[in-house]
Amino acid sequence: MSAKQIPLPRPTPLSQPYWDACKEGRLTVQRCGDCGADTFIPQPVCGACFSENLSWADSSGRGTLYSFSTVYRPQQPVFETPYTVVIVELEEGYHMLSNLIGVEPEDVKIGTPLEVFFEKKSEEITLPYFRVRAE
Amino acid sequence: MKSPYDGVAIVGAYNTVQAKQLPNWTEQGLVLDAIRGALADAGLTTDDVDGVNISSWVTRINSRTTAQWFGGRPSWTGTASPGVEGILEAAAAIQTGQAETIVISTAQCGEYTDRESTVSWTRPENEFVECWGLYTAAEFALMAQRHMHIYGTPRAALSEVAASIRSNGALNPDAVFYGRECSPAEVEASRMVADPFHLLDCCIASEGGAAIVLTTAERAKDLDCEPIYILGGAMDRQGMSYVTAPVWERYGWVGRRAAELTFEQSGLTHKDIDFAEFYDPFSFEIIRQLEAFGFCKEGEGADFVLEGRIRIDGDLPVATNGGIMSYSHAGVAQLLQKPIAAVQQLQGKPVPELRLHEPKVALATNGGSGALFCDVMALGKEPV
Repeated sequence: MSAKQIPLPRPTPLSQPYWDACKEGRLTVQRCGDCGADTFIPQPVCGACFSENLSWADSSGRGTLYSFSTVYRPQQPVFETPYTVVIVELEEGYHMLSNLIGVEPEDVKIGTPLEVFFEKKSEEITLPYFRVRAE
Repeated sequence: MKSPYDGVAIVGAYNTVQAKQLPNWTEQGLVLDAIRGALADAGLTTDDVDGVNISSWVTRINSRTTAQWFGGRPSWTGTASPGVEGILEAAAAIQTGQAETIVISTAQCGEYTDRESTVSWTRPENEFVECWGLYTAAEFALMAQRHMHIYGTPRAALSEVAASIRSNGALNPDAVFYGRECSPAEVEASRMVADPFHLLDCCIASEGGAAIVLTTAERAKDLDCEPIYILGGAMDRQGMSYVTAPVWERYGWVGRRAAELTFEQSGLTHKDIDFAEFYDPFSFEIIRQLEAFGFCKEGEGADFVLEGRIRIDGDLPVATNGGIMSYSHAGVAQLLQKPIAAVQQLQGKPVPELRLHEPKVALATNGGSGALFCDVMALGKEPV
């Protein structure tokens, strides 16, 4: 990454536990105490049953590459191109956006096993990136 | 079957000048020009207006304020975004007697100033999106990539869509890209933006304004204009745009519910649709809409377009004015410009090269898969 910082998340009271866990190297997801469904991104009620009985559960951080786009025209100049945005399907079944690191654009394939790793960006923010997982 | 909007007619439609940038215009000036143009097109005056939905993107012109421009006469003000949503809101107000004549107008200019970054309205602010370098093209690319993976949708189909629409714009003297003919090979040769989208797979960013006037079908009979009727329409909203991951299997068919309702309300079948002013933010979205709305089976949209069927001489011409890829993508104004394109084509107003042979029924849409919303409406020369 270049010296200038990419735009970093500004946590809300709702998302603060997620970002706190990232600082500790844990990927978490909201899990419903009533129906068991996972909800991501965070919201005040379960997306499956509208229950407020949600708690933060640890995710395995393992998943597969669901879809991707390698980007050549950056959102802002601070992003070095090319970079690959991905949707990861976690083992638990929910999906999240991230960047895939360490794979050449021509080698990116849907279905590739991935795992999370963390990179500290500031005192407040550590971001969850993904890399290829050896099966 | 009787349209739920059978008491309503669109009697005026107007686009201001459109350009990549309009440095000598303000949004207020564009909105005023658009309102005057649309009212003149209808043969109406400002005295006739008793409902308004007037907006702008940068300077936030709003309906409550602009009601004063009409001396406070309008009793109804709309709040829906202009476009399909705003037209359906206004039509419902007229159908229920809350207003007789409503003008919807919007404009955008002076927004795209930082050319180092993608245009501002395409950049997300959400804490789970922005940090990954996403923006609208990449969001839609995530949908296209998954579709290509599942169905084997070929690159050539994307190029054919973009070339078809851009070829229409090349013939439209009012288009920002007038004169810029485009072949599938040129689409594929243009620089990569967000895989699989090359530059020419993506819509443009431009500036301009637009307005549309609706009144009662009864009043329309007395006007010196060719009224266009709203045969049906509905929304399909599946969450906030650019916040959650655009997961194909969950959101990919967005708009299907709106299309099904539109067909149900109007009693129309797919064969009745003479042309489609489909929303064309990215080439893939046309393939997706053909499948989502049932013009072909899931996964067969590529074959549909590769047979030349969406070309201006095909059996379902798409984006006949050049769409937002070539005609204009003036921020929010483009939402309104889709129904306007349908109205003007139904009225036989395009130049001869783009004028269809006696079209009777059109679809117009707003939104797409990457944005998790897609609204649909049917317009016709005759009420149903």
